[in-house]
Amino acid sequence: MTYQDRTITAPTVNPEGQAYWDAANQGKLLVKRCSACNEYHHYPRALCPHCFSDKTEWREAKGTGTIYSYSVMRRAAPPYAMAYVTLDEGVSMMTNLVDCDFDALKIGQRVKVVFKPSEGGPAVPMFTPI
Amino acid sequence: MSIKGKAFIAGIFEHPTRKAPDKTVAQLHAEVAKGALEDAGLSKDDVDGYFCAGDAPGLGPLSMVDYMGLRLRHVDSTDVGGSSYLIHVSHAAQAIAAGKCKVALVTLAGRPRSEGSSGTQPRNYGAAAPDVPFEFPYSPATVNMYGMVAMRHMYQYGTTAEQLAWIKVAASHHAQHNPNAMLREVVTVEDVINSPMISDPLHRLDCCVVSDGGGAVIVVAPEIAKSLRKPLVRIIGAGESPKGQMGGKIDLTYSGAAVSGPIAFAEACVIPADIKYASIYDSFTITVLMQLEDLGFCKKGEGGRFVADGNLISGVGKLPFNTDGGGLSNNHPANRGGITKVIEAVRQLRGEAHPAVQVKNCDLALAQGTGGSLGTRHGSATLIMERV
Repeated sequence: MTYQDRTITAPTVNPEGQAYWDAANQGKLLVKRCSACNEYHHYPRALCPHCFSDKTEWREAKGTGTIYSYSVMRRAAPPYAMAYVTLDEGVSMMTNLVDCDFDALKIGQRVKVVFKPSEGGPAVPMFTPI
Repeated sequence: MSIKGKAFIAGIFEHPTRKAPDKTVAQLHAEVAKGALEDAGLSKDDVDGYFCAGDAPGLGPLSMVDYMGLRLRHVDSTDVGGSSYLIHVSHAAQAIAAGKCKVALVTLAGRPRSEGSSGTQPRNYGAAAPDVPFEFPYSPATVNMYGMVAMRHMYQYGTTAEQLAWIKVAASHHAQHNPNAMLREVVTVEDVINSPMISDPLHRLDCCVVSDGGGAVIVVAPEIAKSLRKPLVRIIGAGESPKGQMGGKIDLTYSGAAVSGPIAFAEACVIPADIKYASIYDSFTITVLMQLEDLGFCKKGEGGRFVADGNLISGVGKLPFNTDGGGLSNNHPANRGGITKVIEAVRQLRGEAHPAVQVKNCDLALAQGTGGSLGTRHGSATLIMERV
């Protein structure tokens, strides 16, 4: 079963996520890092969920990672591959796996970010096997 | 303060309907309340505390309190999804122990089947939910979130689809004796494996039913329980714990039951091996396996071997579970199975389960719930009860 493009619902862009989606539109994946505890987190917040400091900063992620888990939704039209990808920065993010053969996917596989258009909104980061 | 022995479950009722297009949700709530009060031998005017969650129509508990004409001095609308009702029983026991009420009513009802709900639909909790912008574009549905949990468990511990299937097989063995169960046909491991793949690795028969209906529970102070005619079922331990994504340090290999379980066992002063019957939330087969491990019925990673070969079938295995058929075969009203977990545990403790599945001398039972989504954010609740 191979990937087919599907309609992606536009994410709601709010003040906490504006920079993330602006960067996504430029083909960059941002991740939040806290300068008080030096920990990354995802999804991005104004306040660090690890230490509650407000000294959180945007960093550009390398854009590579590994599949932590995935599940191919075979009853959807078209089918799609839901996943958690662990970024090389150490945090995992919900995403979809795209541009690939769903039946060849494996946990632990290396992936890189690609951006897919949403319906009337910013580009959305997804991942494809390297 | 402990709730141990401070409150009793005096009334239970599970609505017999599984499809109710001609009833309102409010009506279903009131019908199950009436049923549970009749079961207890109490009247509406005895109720002084009311507990409900997000399935209750209107603003928190207010619409249902007004609809049913309740006159109260305590309300609680804690909502952690399908496990809310186990927490309600625990909170009712706390309120009774603190003198805030004496007769607490807990209701759940809904019509997801009539309204066309499906676990394959993406779930959107609203634009204000902080996670939604970063998740909803990827179409998280109920089934693919649990699918990812199962995939990780298989990868990390070698759990197999056949082992997960045994959970459904056990549920179906029990459901054949329940005239109200939505699915009464006994299935085999092969039937589960050969049913259509919904979202890897979960097949159709790894998923619970979508049903209309509801249930209610009455929790009362000890002196009231002792004045009633039903066998005495005492609450002796409870634990609750929400678990999320931990800021991106995601670990799908355990659930909140790893926290709520030990709290409940410690309060009850019992261990998993003492439990005669367990109601385990079964939105999917993987939900059961995860919670059994986290509660300590077996070691982490050994759930697959634990559930295999009929170990959960009453009269066959070591841990009879969900003898009503559970969410997998009987009922999952409002897409929230918590209250039916309490109800079947009380039936077992009273000796009122179907004779074919009644556990002999069932004097200690556990009910366990996981609400929300095991793959993202969920609320775990554990309740331990004994027959006096």
